[in-house]
Amino acid sequence: MISDAGLTEAGLPPDGRGRVLLIACGALAQEIVALKAANGWDHLDLTCLPANLHLWPEKITAAVIEAVGKHRRDYDSIHVVYADCGTGGQLAEACARLGVALIPGPHCYAFFEGNDRFAAHAESEITAFYLTDFLVRQFDAFVWRPMGFDRHPSLVPMMFGNYEKLVYLAQTEDAALDAKAADCAARLGLRYERRFTGYGDLAAELARL
Amino acid sequence: MADEDDIILSELDDEELVQQMHDDLYDGLKEEIEEAVNILIARGWTPYDVLTKALVAGMTVVGNDFRDGILFVPEVLLAANAMKGGMAILKPLLAETGAPRMGKMVIGTVKGDIHDIGKNLVAMMMEGAGFEVVDIGINNPVENYLDALAREEADILGMSALLTTTMPYMKVVIDTLKEKGIRDDYIVLVGGAPLNEEFGRAIGADAYCRDAAVTVEMAKAMVARKHNQMGA
Ligand code: B12
Repeated sequence: MISDAGLTEAGLPPDGRGRVLLIACGALAQEIVALKAANGWDHLDLTCLPANLHLWPEKITAAVIEAVGKHRRDYDSIHVVYADCGTGGQLAEACARLGVALIPGPHCYAFFEGNDRFAAHAESEITAFYLTDFLVRQFDAFVWRPMGFDRHPSLVPMMFGNYEKLVYLAQTEDAALDAKAADCAARLGLRYERRFTGYGDLAAELARL
Repeated sequence: MADEDDIILSELDDEELVQQMHDDLYDGLKEEIEEAVNILIARGWTPYDVLTKALVAGMTVVGNDFRDGILFVPEVLLAANAMKGGMAILKPLLAETGAPRMGKMVIGTVKGDIHDIGKNLVAMMMEGAGFEVVDIGINNPVENYLDALAREEADILGMSALLTTTMPYMKVVIDTLKEKGIRDDYIVLVGGAPLNEEFGRAIGADAYCRDAAVTVEMAKAMVARKHNQMGA
């Protein structure tokens, strides 16, 4: 089992097996490992960059370029399992330049639900804050502490004052995660909603490799 | 409050107090800032001097350290909140004493986006630089911008977006201004972390501004240029 805390801050090295390397965000590691196991995708190897790069999206593109350079010679092909993730199109441009594929979509919330479905409710759900399985498990390391809520509880209403509900986009059926997500919503003072998505567009994209 | 602290603000001389205010802003101490603003005013400082020398100068340090990755979002938000406390005291006084007027800006986050920390910071620093700022908040459709620009007879339009999915809406607003033949009536400034200069140019904004300090300088320069052109 890969540690979630490790995925948030350190990432994951490849294990050297498989012809196709996935360079993914640490926030997607467990999901990719599960999909690989369920489908017997032994041709896929996985390496992850630290998930917390998301707090500094200006660093994502450079980190991906570096990882592609580092591993390129060892694999037949490389696929970048990120969405745009707030790089303002720069990650897509870099991937195109390097000749490696990238998952389409703005962020993982959208591709887990399905980019089209997400876009369809974007307008009616502006005041929603989304969590995925990974983010529920890493809520404290990824949201609570980086946003300073542990040190300054008064920041919660300043930051989430315009939000109304927390939507847990669930990749798996897991009662413990459901309960934890409900607790995250309560801590942020938001209404709670759970929506099962499964692996959405991620599964379809990986199946094509 | 000062009496819970080692430092008694009222016992510091002006220079020490201003330095202390810079530190307190950095640490996001709202009550200390409010107290110090009142002390300086009581000592006969003009509201404009308190604003620029104590608050804006202190907040500039915070902005630079955020840009350089030394501070992160919560620290910036706390500092901004402390500055807001000081500004609330100064604002009515500034109106009375007639501080310099630089121009009027309408600012808001675009439709679909409710990230507002950066926009609020820009609004505050523009106010600190003597601009009148009308903040129309978050999630603004094009009509909101048009209404506010006309109603307020603004000089500058500022739009903020932090999401890749909402950035393109800035172009919708600018294109609407063009259609109505009023694009050149306004200086259009855009910002938000995922944007860049190229994007600003591509959508037809006058400038993309990386942070609040750049925004203030850009706005001053563009307003001055516009006045010169009108004078010529
Ligand atoms: C804080 C934050 C939040 C807070 C927002 C709190 C609030 N009240 O604003 C919370 C946690 C609530 C949040 C929610 C979400 N967020 Co958010 N968030 C961030 C984060 C970490 C920092 C943004 C910030 O406040 N920075 C601090 C300020 C001071 O900087 P700034 O905004 O860049 O502003 C400066 C300049 O850009 C400029 N500027 C800004 N506006 C303007 C305007 C003008 C006119 C000018 C001239 C200049 C200018 O000057 C400012 C001051 O120097 C960014 C990542 C990042 N590091 O940018 C993600 C980020 C923007 N969020 C992201 C996402 C995905 C979301 C959510 C969808 C996540 C979710 N789980 O649901 C929701 C979206 C909600 C919605 N509908 O809008 C993504 C966007 C990805 C993408 N493809 O677009 C980012 C990039 C993180 C990531 N990599 O995944 N978020």
